[in-house]
Amino acid sequence: MQMPTPSIDILARKAEIVARLRQALPASAVIDDPFETKAYECDALSAYRCPPLAVVLPASTEETAAALKACHDMGVPVVPRGSGTSLAGGALPTEDSVILGVARLNQVLETDYDNRFITVQSGRTNLSVTGAVEQDGYFYAPDPSSQLACAIAGNIAMNSGGAHCLKYGVTTNNLLGVKMVTMEGETIDIGGAHLDSAGYDLLGLICGSEGQLGVVTEATLRILAKPEGARPVLIGFESNEVAGACVSDIIRAGVLPVAIEFMDRPVIRAAENFTHAGYPDVEALLIIEVEGSKAEITEQLEKITSIAKQHNPVELRESQSTEESANIWKGRKAAFGAMGQINDYMCLDGTIPVSKLPETLRGITALSKQYGLDVGNVFHAGDGNMHPLILYDANKPGDLELCEAMGADILKLCVEVGGCLTGEHGVGVEKRELMHSQFSADDLDIQMAVKDVFDPKWLLNPAKVFPLDASAGRRQ
Amino acid sequence: MKPTSEAELAGIIAESKTSFEIIGGGTRCIGHTKGDPLHTSGLNGISLYEPEALTLVAKAGTPLAEINALLAKNGQRLPFEPYDLCALHGHSGTSTIGGVVATNASGPRRISAGACRDSLIGVRFIDGLGRTLKNGGRVMKNVTGYDLVKLMAGSHGTLGVLTEVSFKLLPASEATATVHVKEHESTASATMAKAMASPFDVSGAAHANGATALRLEGLEGAVKYRSQSLAKLLNGDIAAFDWVAQRDITAFAGLEGDVWRISVKPSDGPTAAAALRKHGAQEVIFDWAGGLLWVLSPQGTDLRPALTAGHATLIRGTGIAFHPEPAPIAALSAALRQKFDPRAILNPNRMG
Repeated sequence: MQMPTPSIDILARKAEIVARLRQALPASAVIDDPFETKAYECDALSAYRCPPLAVVLPASTEETAAALKACHDMGVPVVPRGSGTSLAGGALPTEDSVILGVARLNQVLETDYDNRFITVQSGRTNLSVTGAVEQDGYFYAPDPSSQLACAIAGNIAMNSGGAHCLKYGVTTNNLLGVKMVTMEGETIDIGGAHLDSAGYDLLGLICGSEGQLGVVTEATLRILAKPEGARPVLIGFESNEVAGACVSDIIRAGVLPVAIEFMDRPVIRAAENFTHAGYPDVEALLIIEVEGSKAEITEQLEKITSIAKQHNPVELRESQSTEESANIWKGRKAAFGAMGQINDYMCLDGTIPVSKLPETLRGITALSKQYGLDVGNVFHAGDGNMHPLILYDANKPGDLELCEAMGADILKLCVEVGGCLTGEHGVGVEKRELMHSQFSADDLDIQMAVKDVFDPKWLLNPAKVFPLDASAGRRQ
Repeated sequence: MKPTSEAELAGIIAESKTSFEIIGGGTRCIGHTKGDPLHTSGLNGISLYEPEALTLVAKAGTPLAEINALLAKNGQRLPFEPYDLCALHGHSGTSTIGGVVATNASGPRRISAGACRDSLIGVRFIDGLGRTLKNGGRVMKNVTGYDLVKLMAGSHGTLGVLTEVSFKLLPASEATATVHVKEHESTASATMAKAMASPFDVSGAAHANGATALRLEGLEGAVKYRSQSLAKLLNGDIAAFDWVAQRDITAFAGLEGDVWRISVKPSDGPTAAAALRKHGAQEVIFDWAGGLLWVLSPQGTDLRPALTAGHATLIRGTGIAFHPEPAPIAALSAALRQKFDPRAILNPNRMG
């Protein structure tokens, strides 16, 4: 992975730049000690690291605006950062950039149950948004696996999903409004408590723009009344094809579970060894969750299990209690960690049409043999969002490069069968160069033209999302 | 002009020296524009339908009715319940799926299933330079690059001419029931908020003529249980309700006057309605749990000064159709339009 050469001019002006930031912000909000900035050298794509020039941690929208204006005036690139949990390198600094972290912006500003929204500062973590309203019977629907740590700012930047988005949608479907500061330091409000926009849907454009159009400091989020209950069923099959066919039949039958999760044998084994959740040793495992009252849950599960039985499952286990439900989910939720126990891994995020599932899994197996690296598959089967985990050894020279090459081939396969490079993690630096395989030069140009509008100097999170050759002219 | 292929359309736009008025079925155009009529109805046909993947891809000129019929046959539907305003406008025509997207037309189910922009997962379009562009795709989770799909929804043909659109679908409901509560408009939003706060998954919340209607949809047993529970909670009755008439606002069809579509914070519905009535509004129909007001008012009355928040769109009438936006938002929108259609030849001035 390549990053552009840092500006020698900016590196030489470090002292002056830091001094200017200290004028604009309280002293404690500016970090330039190389020992302390090291904490910001990477995000959850930890294979790539680079300490930034400095870090600013504004505590208000006004301070955010002051920091951005100062950087804009000095021509210094800014890399916005939520909690640093990006798996795509979305918050990876460059040597000549200032990290703008929103961690201090963590307050709840307004809770409105009559209109079913909550307004929070963007550094607040995903899970703590639900935490602020659950005692009153509400929840915030998008639930990325990192929800304990990840910030709403990052969720908005990457348009994060989660296991339950089959029913509730992803971040963009649950976002009502933002307060955003542009690179020039101008604060704008987009959207709000009403349900649609008067003109262009700028909110839809901001969500998923990977922090390249502005820094979101406040977000108004849709909250929903909690369902009366939820219950998962675990179904094991002897082949991926049969599991895939079962998913198709369930969707075709008109049942809409809140989640359909899929794991293949390598992941099932790793998760079982790690959590002892009691998973059967099968080729493919589905966890299907439904919601509602007791009677509704029973009605839905009857439909689902009768369809599953037509596919001769090896194991079919309906949860009968809260403990059993937690146990069924335990292995799935720990799947990434369990794979991490075995080896270093790279987590991919391509989405495919559900109908292409068996074909894609066969392709991944073939690539695994070709490259000599093991792969486990765990993903959201209802919406086709795959998460192949490629195992490699970071200490073995050349293994990371081999893994990256194999990852690229898997993602190209996803695009070839009609899918896309990333379903919920974002492009970041990781999939930047692969954008050519999904988009034409014109498709990329019109997206970059949008960035030209919001950030004409290309200072916000540059060298992300777009292939370096495609964006070169604009970044200079 | 009526191109029959995307390539032909791209050629027409690339070589054009004049501006165009883009027309799907001509059933939902609002605002005013000038240009040679450019019809998209020649771009017609369903490109892909995978019921097991809940996915539909169709050419922009495909009639909405054709799509609805195909989906109904397979027990599925477009989640956002697009409205048909032919009766309201008193004209006939064949509504196209491209027109639905261009106007982000979303009906009562918007409160539970999202708007058109939430179900739209991919677009192909021709920009003002005649370039053939795509964004999104045919899968329901996709964060690859910027989301121009949502930007195109509701852009009224001013950023490009849609040639193909893709949707995420939902299963159609096995059963539907409506809980009715007799009450004055002033308490309607509170009742609807109470219903929305229940765990019963309300998929429609409307009010008109002294009655609030709350819709429940889903599997047979579930709808029975939830409608009974909700009726008990609100002290209401279960009875039939015409949700198609609610969706299409047929109550205003044939009546004289302008028709406005006003978007407010749901709890502001009753106070906004009262202010609008003082300003001359004759009839107000609530939808979206109070967040959407359909208003009938005397011809030529500008209702916008009566609003302290939210925005108003003139759906039927000759005044200014779109609500003026705050300066920074308007500036960004104008700059975006300049990138997508630098010669300003696609529906010029339609959105103001």
